[in-house]
Amino acid sequence: MQRTRKLVASIAAAALCVPALAVAQDAAPIKVGVVTFLSGPAAGPFGVPARNAAEITIEMLNGGKVPKPYDQKGFGGARLQMVLVDESGGTTTQVTEFRNLVQRDNVDVVIGYISSGSCLGIAPVAEELKTLTVFFDCGTPRIFEERDYKYVFRTSSTATMDSVGAALYVKDLKPNAKVIAGLNQNYAWGQDSWGDFELSMKQIFPKIEVATSQMPKLFAGQYNAEISTLLNAKADVIHSSFWDGDLEAFILQAGPRGLFKRSVVVLTTGETAMYKLADKIPDGVVIGARGPYGPYAPDNELNKWYSATFQDRYNVPPNYAAYQMTQAILGTKAAWEKAQAANGGKRPSIDQVIAAFERLTFTGPGGEVRMAIGKGHQAITETAYGVTKKVGGKMTVANVKRYPAETVNPPDGVKAADWIKNGFKK
Amino acid sequence: MRPDRTPWVLGAILAVLLVVGPFAPLWVVFPVTIAIAKGLVALGLMILLRCGLVSFGQALYYCIGAYTAGMLGRVFELDGVFTLMLAGMAVAAATAYVLGFLLARYRGIFFGLLSLAFSMIFYGLLVKSETLGSTDGFNVLPSTLFGIRPADEWVRYAVLAAASSVAFVAALLVHRYLRTPLGSLAPAIKDNEIRVEYMGASARYAIHVKYVIAAALAGLGGGLAATTVGHIDPEMAYWTVSGEFVFITILAGTGNVIAPFLGALIFEGIRNVAFAVSPNTWQMVLGGALLAVIVFLPNGLWSLFRRGRAA
Repeated sequence: MQRTRKLVASIAAAALCVPALAVAQDAAPIKVGVVTFLSGPAAGPFGVPARNAAEITIEMLNGGKVPKPYDQKGFGGARLQMVLVDESGGTTTQVTEFRNLVQRDNVDVVIGYISSGSCLGIAPVAEELKTLTVFFDCGTPRIFEERDYKYVFRTSSTATMDSVGAALYVKDLKPNAKVIAGLNQNYAWGQDSWGDFELSMKQIFPKIEVATSQMPKLFAGQYNAEISTLLNAKADVIHSSFWDGDLEAFILQAGPRGLFKRSVVVLTTGETAMYKLADKIPDGVVIGARGPYGPYAPDNELNKWYSATFQDRYNVPPNYAAYQMTQAILGTKAAWEKAQAANGGKRPSIDQVIAAFERLTFTGPGGEVRMAIGKGHQAITETAYGVTKKVGGKMTVANVKRYPAETVNPPDGVKAADWIKNGFKK
Repeated sequence: MRPDRTPWVLGAILAVLLVVGPFAPLWVVFPVTIAIAKGLVALGLMILLRCGLVSFGQALYYCIGAYTAGMLGRVFELDGVFTLMLAGMAVAAATAYVLGFLLARYRGIFFGLLSLAFSMIFYGLLVKSETLGSTDGFNVLPSTLFGIRPADEWVRYAVLAAASSVAFVAALLVHRYLRTPLGSLAPAIKDNEIRVEYMGASARYAIHVKYVIAAALAGLGGGLAATTVGHIDPEMAYWTVSGEFVFITILAGTGNVIAPFLGALIFEGIRNVAFAVSPNTWQMVLGGALLAVIVFLPNGLWSLFRRGRAA
């Protein structure tokens, strides 16, 4: 009995020591909390590529190996130290872990979050704890529409851009489209993606007919009934925001039944699956990458360096989640160094970094990013769509069209849904 | 008969929380508050478990409590900690009273799966309600205490103090209830229901009452969790959350009303440490630690405190 008690006591003591050790760190390096899915269904397509991107970007920044204008080591010469956290476990766990990052591990800045639910839950806490927090991937426009934030930034465009861009591309590709249909997962991402796409299509094609909107359960895996309905709908265009396992299942099940021959299928996040399923996706499928990332990234020095370095280390090209993570880190670096320059070369305070971050324009591997909306806290970027085309057995995109940031994003202070309903008025 | 020490121990724990709270690091205060919320749900499950019933759908009432708190903020701009918790409790209890007429007829796996089904129906409804943010959920207003919004550095302590006071009252009442004739029927129902009926007691009525009490406690915990976390989403009704509550209850053991809170605290503690030491494989650390408890302490953590006296 006595021994059991001692054992339990020592385990408890050991458990308490672990976080205590983490606190006793040198103050000189800049601690960056990085939060992304390391487990669960979103880890494979988004979370792990984003973690890899964070690892390699921070390592290269610390080594001073990133091309200009990011060639200064770390942030303004101060080394970066990464604290990695898994985004799984639900909002309660995420809020707990965010507080741990700030109050136990004393991070200077938090970069992360893929799920819109996490972002909505974390933003008020970031504000309460006065911690600079940069969202890199989550899509919902609600974050800066429902509230103003001082400490929260997002360096990628909202999901509205993906839907509006897809609708504009349909206009270019099939100007005579009459009937559309949708296949989206029944949760916030799928509902919002389809909602914005349907609204945009009705603005662009006032006479468009919506044949059907299929909303199967998330991770259902079997879509034969939905595919039958879509085949019967005889739609000119089918919109889908499916991702990863669901997307792959849909492609594998729809291909043999000829759905891709009957309708033009728009896959707004298709980029994460296009290389893996290269021999299953026929030519002519519209592929999106949630912005100018991956195959749509510009042909500049930074991108050449980025895609080559990433490919070299992980043996796969970086997908859009990886691009967005690197973009968030480089954006924070740009703001930090701008603030440091304004502060006479001394390490800036977080308030100074925030002042420099608001309405900042910087360049990521995906091109120019402008913190133009959400009172200077929400980024807008251009976007691009194209169709699949196999060249010598390799998957590429053809017929690529680029849409400038102002065309596919609402102006500052206008809610995304209102902007679409008012005919995309600038 | 031994003197009943539980009320004194409960009072001592409350005093320690209230006195130590202001000096504890903030990253400790928050998970302790969450553990109290989950402990309240586990306390309700413990009552059911004592009569041999395992509800795999307690997250239904946890989520109802949370959404009641959230909706009161959204529609009526109410943000008092006590108001939100009590409202969550009332709505959860009322729902359980209605569902109880059906559920109190079932035992064993049928009771477990039926309760699971109700929680998944609620989850499905919330996912389809786009005005409530679907799976993304929505923010709950920052908490106030008797109409006063505490300063940022004190708000966590204020919520902890409110939570521990409410949990103290709840634990004390449940402790008293378990000693009433109706409350002490539980082991008898578990062992032999026919004998209970022959004695002149109605097993179905006793279970119905226990089910409503358990739901009320879960609603209380849900309301507390909503105002503590500041954000709610349908995931709170998902079956994995119910599973977590069952796990905490089994981890803790059914020996005493303090056990569920201890179980929740240890569960949160292990998870916090696991997240920090192995971000890529925290589930394995958590699973391993919990497996160890099951293997070495089959009657739950509470058996550590009882072995010396009872056995």
